[in-house]
Amino acid sequence: MNQTAFRQALLNPAMVPPANLIDPQGRPAGRRFDVYRNNVAASLTRALEAGFPLIRRIVGEAFFSAMAGAYLRVCPPKSRLIMLYGQDMPDFLASFAPLAHLPYLPDVARAELALRESYHAADHVRPDLAALTPAMGLALAPSLRLVRSDWPIQTIWAMNTGGTPGPLPLQAQNLLILRPEFDPVVQGIAAQAADFIAALQAGQSIEQAASDDLDLQAILILLLQNNAIAGVRP
Amino acid sequence: MLDQTHRNNLPAAPGVGYKPQHFSDILTAPQPVEWLEIHAENYMGDGGRPLAQLRHLAARFPISVHGVGLSIGGESALDVDHLARLRHLCDWLQPASFSEHLAWSTHDADFLNDLLPLPYTAATLARVCAHVDQVQDVLGRKMLLENPSTYLAFQETDMDEVDFLTQIAQRTGCGLLLDVNNVFVNCTNQARDPWDYIRRFPLHLVGEIHLGGHDAQTDDHGAPLLIDSHGAAVVDPVWRLYAEAIRIGGPLPTLIEWDNDVPDWPTLVAEAGLAAGILQGVLA
Repeated sequence: MNQTAFRQALLNPAMVPPANLIDPQGRPAGRRFDVYRNNVAASLTRALEAGFPLIRRIVGEAFFSAMAGAYLRVCPPKSRLIMLYGQDMPDFLASFAPLAHLPYLPDVARAELALRESYHAADHVRPDLAALTPAMGLALAPSLRLVRSDWPIQTIWAMNTGGTPGPLPLQAQNLLILRPEFDPVVQGIAAQAADFIAALQAGQSIEQAASDDLDLQAILILLLQNNAIAGVRP
Repeated sequence: MLDQTHRNNLPAAPGVGYKPQHFSDILTAPQPVEWLEIHAENYMGDGGRPLAQLRHLAARFPISVHGVGLSIGGESALDVDHLARLRHLCDWLQPASFSEHLAWSTHDADFLNDLLPLPYTAATLARVCAHVDQVQDVLGRKMLLENPSTYLAFQETDMDEVDFLTQIAQRTGCGLLLDVNNVFVNCTNQARDPWDYIRRFPLHLVGEIHLGGHDAQTDDHGAPLLIDSHGAAVVDPVWRLYAEAIRIGGPLPTLIEWDNDVPDWPTLVAEAGLAAGILQGVLA
């Protein structure tokens, strides 16, 4: 008995199944072993399709399916929480030669991972903000995710989630993922607002985090309206 | 051996595998579904809608927690972090039942997301029993162990599957989950008699029954090869085997398991109704 040999043949379709695996008549398992190969590849491919719908839309269903087959052999799940499978997808896409002409894809994958993390993130109680002052910091909601990109990620996201196709602006953009209740919402935010969020996450106070050209009121309203503040740091 | 104070608390009635798309249907028209089963790993996130829905459903229905990722048959030690997550889920949810599979699914750091087969030998028996003991110790409750679907055999196997499962239950005090579709799939694939399997199964140790659908293929030599798909209606031979199990063992909690190509709620309810008819038949 050797699960190592089973495991190796499972993810390598070219390998002959281990000789101790047989059919009821004692003949080599053959196609019977392929059932396990298919089960593993199909279930993980389904998980990747569910987790990366935008990547799939951009590269096409057939291409994605073939790419998922390559991904799952290089990066099988390390966690039993399949709902979060695909953590290595940004790095995989960045080094996947057939997609070298789409250099923004790793950032789209990062945004899709962030969206799933947000969906499953911890809940929090709305804090009392009556005594809030600029000298205090803010604990942001566990479901908040900031995705910074060197690419026009907001435009790319919008175009692939029902927005009308148009020219891509040649500029860096950022996405902020917020979860007002149970459904995460994705929106673009300006670089100053992204800097502000990152500074709050790093533990700075509101007045330290806010640059001169930030629309502080607008970003605070956005956070409040989307239940994105979990507490106050004195 | 664990004492029997944490008995299975599922009603001897039909339940279904919970799918989020059925959330409102379940709350408005649950009959004849009397309990729900969830896959443990889908509720190991930190919060959000899955846990909120589960809290809501648990206030209304007995819940069965069915693990698919523990790898009880694995050659390596059980993952203590995963066991701790299971413990956490069982602690807050207080489910009516916890069950897992006679299978393995992890190797080193890799999780393979499938229920892989085991040779039935003394060494496997000792390892699985040690793992079941560990699970029951950590969870502080009795678990049910499910008979697997298998597609091949092992040269080194020298024990019968029914005897193997019976010995695990006797040594560890765990209960058994009898998946009747798996019996049919397995016996077809292994050229055995499913009626003999059901009649020899220790039904007094069974805390829950699973019913599901399968696909039919053939192997390299044209022999039938059934695939446990959880993606179709229960077939007639499986209903007949189920009725035989209930006739012998009496009414048992019975799950309609339909995980892929999930049907609409009325279709699931109709399947649950068929199970209810068989369960009520033995009570009449």
